Amino acid sequence: MALEDLQHNFLTGRLEDLVRWARRASVWPATFGLACCAIEMMASGAADFDLARFGMEVFRNSPRQADLMIVAGRVSQKMAPVLRQVYDQMMEPKWVLSMGVCASTGGLFNNYAIVQGVDQIVPVDVYAPGCPPSPETLMHAILTLHEQIRTGEIMKRRATGNPVHLDHAESPWTPEVPVAVRLGTPK
Amino acid sequence: MSEPTVRTAERLEALTAETSEGPQELQRREATPASELGREVGSVVRIDDTPFNPDDVDYERADDETMIINMGPSHPSTHGVLRIMLELDGEIVLRAKPVIGYLHTGMEKTGEMLSYVQGATNVTRMDYLSPIINELSYSMAVEALLGIEVPERAVWIRMMMSELNRISSHLVWMATNGMDLGSTSMMIYGFRERELILAFFEKTAGLRLNLNYVRPGGVAADLPDGWEDDVEVICDTIYERTFEYDELLTGQPIFRQRMVGVAPISAEEALALGVTGPLLRSTGVPWDLRRTMPYLAYDQVDFDVIVGTYGDNFDRYAIRLNEIRESVRIIRQCLERMPAGDYRSQDPKVTPPPRARIGESMEALIHHFKLFTEGFHVPAGEVYSAVESPRGEHGCYIVSDGGPKPYRLHVRAPSFVNLQAIPLLMRGASMADAITVISTVDPIMGEVDR
Amino acid sequence: MELPADAPAVITADALRADLGCFPTREQYHDLVAAFKADGFEVCADLCAVDYLEHADRALPEGVTPTRFEVVVNLLSMSRRERVRIRVQAGDVEPEVDSLFDLYPGSEAMEREAFDLLGVIFRSHPDLTRILMPEDWEGHPLRKDYGTGRVPVQFKEAPGPR
Ligand code: SF4
Repeated sequence: MALEDLQHNFLTGRLEDLVRWARRASVWPATFGLACCAIEMMASGAADFDLARFGMEVFRNSPRQADLMIVAGRVSQKMAPVLRQVYDQMMEPKWVLSMGVCASTGGLFNNYAIVQGVDQIVPVDVYAPGCPPSPETLMHAILTLHEQIRTGEIMKRRATGNPVHLDHAESPWTPEVPVAVRLGTPK
Repeated sequence: MSEPTVRTAERLEALTAETSEGPQELQRREATPASELGREVGSVVRIDDTPFNPDDVDYERADDETMIINMGPSHPSTHGVLRIMLELDGEIVLRAKPVIGYLHTGMEKTGEMLSYVQGATNVTRMDYLSPIINELSYSMAVEALLGIEVPERAVWIRMMMSELNRISSHLVWMATNGMDLGSTSMMIYGFRERELILAFFEKTAGLRLNLNYVRPGGVAADLPDGWEDDVEVICDTIYERTFEYDELLTGQPIFRQRMVGVAPISAEEALALGVTGPLLRSTGVPWDLRRTMPYLAYDQVDFDVIVGTYGDNFDRYAIRLNEIRESVRIIRQCLERMPAGDYRSQDPKVTPPPRARIGESMEALIHHFKLFTEGFHVPAGEVYSAVESPRGEHGCYIVSDGGPKPYRLHVRAPSFVNLQAIPLLMRGASMADAITVISTVDPIMGEVDR
Repeated sequence: MELPADAPAVITADALRADLGCFPTREQYHDLVAAFKADGFEVCADLCAVDYLEHADRALPEGVTPTRFEVVVNLLSMSRRERVRIRVQAGDVEPEVDSLFDLYPGSEAMEREAFDLLGVIFRSHPDLTRILMPEDWEGHPLRKDYGTGRVPVQFKEAPGPR
């Protein structure tokens, strides 16, 4: 069959690229608002900042339907098992964005109650700095994540790694490629 | 531990055990003592000195007719990480018990390690919808211990900023309440208007939330040039838009069905539970610290205290909506009468020397350095200061031992106390009304758990 | 302001904010609060505990023996627009006072908080369990001999010297 016989235009591409493109353009975040940062996360979804521009306005309430967990706020010792459970309930492929200094390092609250960095519980893909990160910073982090998805591996499964359970937390999981968002425009 | 990706019964049990909070949760009826059961069904016991009667509660009720379900801590309608356990009979809530602590941050402990200068950074993160109010009650407590006077202009700036903050907080409430009831447009509108105020905050203090703007001795910076125009615009826009909300919600039949007459609370019950703020005023008790125990310059401005009659959801909504208008009124008066002068106390004890002098004089440099490394010493004593936050009485209790750090910092968080009204409000309501109850009580978990 | 007639306690007027300060003993505590309630203090605004571990010899009015733990109650009268602060010395080792739950049901959560964070026991409280910390937590974090739990900050992948 010659190409001239075809009635429609078409494009060719590698399956990998198509999958990446589709994933990148429709990352659905799970609502995992914890503290002050959650308010900024809601603000970025609302009128002025409008996350819908990135295909991300549908904040899913059920972790089963979400791809991205935005950990927005401080994670307390009491919340940590819940957070891990929500993460486990999410379907592959899944990503984690740690929003704000509290989620990333414990921030101001270096004390008994706060988990010093959510990366001790779940693998984190992108860290967004700030207290609270302004919606612009969050968007920057999201764009960084999109870039990571666009260039990343499509078959990698996070959960087969070595998830830390709180009862044997002595080997903290560190992400292979921790990415800190630097200020400036994304490449 | 079994292979984590395989869902076996064992795995589920392990997960449940990992996240279980034991006796803090709602237990089966036979495992609950009578007095606790009474609290969970929402009887405000012994209000009129009649002893609590366990017969009022259907203590014997068989458990297989009912179902205990768990809501939260990661739930879209619980406003953060509140977890509520409910005992349901079909759609009707029989018992409810809030389980909190999922955001416990240890701020009171952290506050003991930060000096008085740094302390405001810490407390501002408690109630993240009204940071200014937190700082205000903290700063007022410290100032009372120090015995310093705040200049007139700082007082008025503080008042104006806290009213702006009250508006932004109520706007978020309107937005989230709208979303809980399915009115997504309200969600968008609320956040849209709030951006106006946050933009002004950013201009003044440099941050959108968690400003650390009000500090012991005054405020961190003077108002920016041209602030009158900004505030004028904010006032005009928001005042007009409150009437749009009126049109959108107040008369709307679906909205009224879910609000009018739902979850009433009486004045006696409210007082016994110690709730304050709109929740108390909705029952008709005209208690607003701005009016009844005036602080700042609230006794010099004109405003009305809004009270309700029935104590139901709708009253609480109407109070918050009208408080936005009253706040606009106060801000307009601040705009007119803003005095000139210093924006922070010139007492060298709490205020660093001006930038220009640091370059010239060694003394000033040392003073500046000491103030920000060691902090100032506060005379020994203890003090409780209270201000009216959008959610009620926000109190700050500080014990000082004469050092540069508080010996004990305790915050009386209005939402923490208001949350106790939830079992009472939810009793006999349907599951859908339970959502509106959480929403109109307006708990801010950062402040509940601190 | 007048004190209810038969209320037994050491009273000082707090000069700072003109709140009245009362120092009942543990036995007098519940009766004193009941007297205040009958006298028109409708609301228990705040209840917290303080650990005075490092200040065993702090200045208190005469006749009051300082103990390590102190429970501080702020009552509010809406009709009279007054506040009163009651500071009861709760004991040294196992602090224990009566619960105010039967007078002010709203003190329930605050007492649970004081129990959770400072380990003060409230007699005849309906449900004295932890409220903020996880159920299996050990110790009472706001006590002065409980460490802050600070962990040293580590920097992974810090950029090299510039
Ligand atoms: S990083 Fe800052 S804004 Fe975010 S949760 Fe922590 S304290 Fe709040």
